[in-house]
Amino acid sequence: MTADPAVSFEQQLVAHRDYLLKFARLQLRNEAWAEDAVSETLLAALNKPQAFANRSQLKTWLVGILKHKVIDVFRVNARTVSVDMRDDGPAADDALDALAFHASGHFVQPPADWGNPEQDLQSHQFMVILEACTEKMPPAMGRVFLMREWLELSSEEICNELGLSPTNLYVTLHRARLRLRECLELNWFGGRPGSR
Amino acid sequence: MLFMPTCKEAAALLIANEDRLISLPDRVRVRLHLMACKTCPNFERQLLTMRNALQQWRNYTADETENPG
Repeated sequence: MTADPAVSFEQQLVAHRDYLLKFARLQLRNEAWAEDAVSETLLAALNKPQAFANRSQLKTWLVGILKHKVIDVFRVNARTVSVDMRDDGPAADDALDALAFHASGHFVQPPADWGNPEQDLQSHQFMVILEACTEKMPPAMGRVFLMREWLELSSEEICNELGLSPTNLYVTLHRARLRLRECLELNWFGGRPGSR
Repeated sequence: MLFMPTCKEAAALLIANEDRLISLPDRVRVRLHLMACKTCPNFERQLLTMRNALQQWRNYTADETENPG
């Protein structure tokens, strides 16, 4: 990679700070932790600029470091995180299902045909909606969902990191996916009849 | 539990399948339900779309301002 010599490595790093903060906030749901994770990421990058030498994408490299730093933050704050989990227990699950399904087990609102959304998935607007939908999840649910979908941790790893039972984890992911579906249907696929 | 699941059960199994391996009997039940049901195939396709969308999102490292839809 031939960087503009007028723009220092440090300046390039700083330019990505907001971008990294966005993901750190989304994943950690705590402003101070997010700032910490991003600062640690930038420090690690500053201390090891040679590690970047052969890589083409600075941003991708930084996101990779950030993911590790985020997991460190979860470990350091394990106690607080597990308390948040309990506040957000599985009690409301039945209420959510009761809204989506009749007592007979049929959908109250049959799932719509989302068509062939290949184009949609490429668009910036769609990514904004997707991010907004995950951002709207309650903190504990959002953390778990992003650990699965952004950090790409296995179920076992998430249970270990957060001290969760598998049942609790699956209930939380179940609710998160139902919410995301509803949110996308409402804010993106709804009101777009037919294929686009 | 009846062998043929309701839409609610089928949907729950389809969602579970995103995060863990569901049992072989459950997989059979879901397949049978999907063949007989008019609405659940849409639900299954929605889950697939969500999976693709999240994959796309993970790879989405391009700067927003450079990529106006």
